[in-house]
Amino acid sequence: MPHIHPETELHNPQSAKPPLDPHLKALENEAIHIFREVAAEFERPVMLYSIGKDSSVLLHLARKAFYPGRVPFQLLHVNTGWKFAEMIAFRNEIVERYDLDLIEHVNPRGAAENVTPFTHGSALYTDIMKTEALRQALDAGQFDAAFGGARRDEEASRAKERIYSFRTPDHRWDPRNQRPELWNVYNGMIRKGESVRAFPLSNWTEVDIWRYIQAEDIPIVPLYFAEKRPIVERDGMMILAEDPRLELLPGETKREEVIRFRTLGCFPLTGAIRSNATTLDDIISELETATVSERQGRAIDRDQSGSMEKKKREGYF
Amino acid sequence: MTAPATANAVEHVVAGEVLAFPAQEPARAARDSRPLRLITCGSVDDGKSTLIGRLLWDTKAVKEDQAATLQRDSNGKQNDLGLPDFALLLDGLQAEREQGITIDVAYRYFSTDKRSFIVADTPGHEQYTRNMATGASTADLAVLLVDARVGLLEQTRRHATIATLMGIKQFVLAVNKIDLTDYDRARFEEISHEFRELALSLGVRQVTAIPVSALKGENVVYDGRAAMPWYDGPTLIEVLELATTRSAQTVGFRLPVQRVSRPGESFRGYQGTVAGGSVKPGDSVVILPSGMVANVTKIVTFDLVRNAAVAGDAITLVLDRQVDVSRGDMIVAIDSQPLTGLSFDAQLVALQAEGIQPGKRYWLKSGSRRQRVQVQPASQLDLKTGKWNQAEQLPMNAIGKVHLSFDEQAIFDTYEQNRTTGAFILIDPDTNNTVAGGMITAKRSALGGIHTEDARVILSLPADLADQLMATELFANRREEAEIRRVSAGKAVEIIDDIDG
Repeated sequence: MPHIHPETELHNPQSAKPPLDPHLKALENEAIHIFREVAAEFERPVMLYSIGKDSSVLLHLARKAFYPGRVPFQLLHVNTGWKFAEMIAFRNEIVERYDLDLIEHVNPRGAAENVTPFTHGSALYTDIMKTEALRQALDAGQFDAAFGGARRDEEASRAKERIYSFRTPDHRWDPRNQRPELWNVYNGMIRKGESVRAFPLSNWTEVDIWRYIQAEDIPIVPLYFAEKRPIVERDGMMILAEDPRLELLPGETKREEVIRFRTLGCFPLTGAIRSNATTLDDIISELETATVSERQGRAIDRDQSGSMEKKKREGYF
Repeated sequence: MTAPATANAVEHVVAGEVLAFPAQEPARAARDSRPLRLITCGSVDDGKSTLIGRLLWDTKAVKEDQAATLQRDSNGKQNDLGLPDFALLLDGLQAEREQGITIDVAYRYFSTDKRSFIVADTPGHEQYTRNMATGASTADLAVLLVDARVGLLEQTRRHATIATLMGIKQFVLAVNKIDLTDYDRARFEEISHEFRELALSLGVRQVTAIPVSALKGENVVYDGRAAMPWYDGPTLIEVLELATTRSAQTVGFRLPVQRVSRPGESFRGYQGTVAGGSVKPGDSVVILPSGMVANVTKIVTFDLVRNAAVAGDAITLVLDRQVDVSRGDMIVAIDSQPLTGLSFDAQLVALQAEGIQPGKRYWLKSGSRRQRVQVQPASQLDLKTGKWNQAEQLPMNAIGKVHLSFDEQAIFDTYEQNRTTGAFILIDPDTNNTVAGGMITAKRSALGGIHTEDARVILSLPADLADQLMATELFANRREEAEIRRVSAGKAVEIIDDIDG
């Protein structure tokens, strides 16, 4: 794909697809508005790209927002070294296909000290390989705005986060002291060193993401679709057992199951679900009858004391 | 984008009396309309958290693991139906609750087969003005909650007043805890009648009153016919499903330019979100503030070159000639232009502890345009009485009328005409914080006989009015700003005609 689209290329081959329903169209319009506003107001924006479904939607919206121009900022992938192999292959293909400018960052300290989810525990590992790594990469690039794919429906603490979420020079978020955000008028004024995280998908729900992926035919990592895959059960999660670095603990056995992933992160910390959903239709209908939230498969934000006890009260409804 | 035909049905609903609610179901097609944004007003005592919790629960927006967390957090606190304490669902993380930072706006999402909903959930107590104004700025509808045993409170009036100021035109009065009055129909009708009077005094005509028990789930998502056979109106969710979403399609075309796209020499497009009206190739447009005229040749989007775009669409516009357009400019319909000028009247809500200082220069951002402005407070609304009192400055949470003076041409519609091009925020240049949200009410012109920055203005008034005005304290305090001339009523009409002409 050339950097510059001559006018004759304006007719997009995708134009044959049916128009979006008004609900998704409204969400799309809002996200494009946010992309353009941030790109215009900030000097060095960057887009956090995590390869998951939300990132795929985010990237698609960015391409739409700046068409017929190129996406006018870099993508940043904070790699922990423990992502699913299929994610990395997918990422490389997407970068190639859409002519994107990708920065990959691995925390050099973590790599040097060989910080792994197995040796350091999930909390410390996440802190070093994700949080600290992200700070390093944002500082190195001197980025004053970073797009993220977070949604307000994901968890309670995000329900109050602004679309322009202000960060101090040391990247801190003060939830008690957020700027009021009225209408769609965003305040992008910051001092040197301060930055903003911008969330174009704030008002999207998980179902919206999937319905949009379907409507827009957005490529996603195949791990979202059910397939027979090798797994091992650990801490109540089914972990993909493909990577040679995964050592079986005493009592653990590898077996095959038809599974898929509802969210994608680091393979040792991401639990699969039993599912037969092999198409987007299947995923959406599975989701519409789902009784657990998507974050449930993530070890890092599972509550220690939370048990997934079946609730009898369901019968009431 | 087109609203479903059935949506209009709600417009015929008046307080407490549902005149025409469609008997037939709207089309079964999943989500045939845009998401409805609503705000809930009321206090914990009115059962607001329970009501929102009930909406989320009965529409299955709460998942099992979240419910389990909720169950644990409830610590045995359950209502008499064995359900967890819904309030906890809304208050976010445990840490958040302990730190008491719920004085803010949270957004909740739920959906039915017919539509999705975004609820701005604002606390009913402290700093409610600031938070309500924030939540209401994007809302299409307000749900006001009252306790059936208590009836309307002073805060109901406050909430209704703020919602109206922020441009909300559809109200639902949820008369909650109706079960605790033994489903007293007369009580419900008394409250809804009283509210109808209040709404009318605020100029709101679209009101639906519903007797509900959020705790028992009656008339929220499921109907409460078993307990209230006398009520044959809609449930809350039915009203929400059929409410109209905000649309600025009937006014003139407006495109605040966010950025100029120049991927190559052969292409130049102006990117932005249509803030009013519609546009199609061939339309003549004016670029403001320069006033240059051009014609639209193309509407470009990623998917296709479109033959029209309407309010809400994020587009790239191509014009037929080389004109100077940059971010912050507005491309508008040639035959329906917004107001431009250096001086405007506005209402605003002060959002920060510093309040709004008279004469201070702020940044004003409206659409994609940011410019310097001087703000002169004129009066403040007393939410208790609904009266505007003279004010020199506006403390936090105050709603005030102000005069805006610009160094460079400003471009607005009135908020009444257009909720996008009539809205703005003020940014304090010292802190970079957002200190006010405002709504344009009018353009001020020197000829109009209204006070301007330096000039002494002349008011020509009928003799009796002139005497009355000059006797007021307000005028006495500002005598140097204006001169009043006594004329006959007939002469006054002539002068007005001259000005308007």
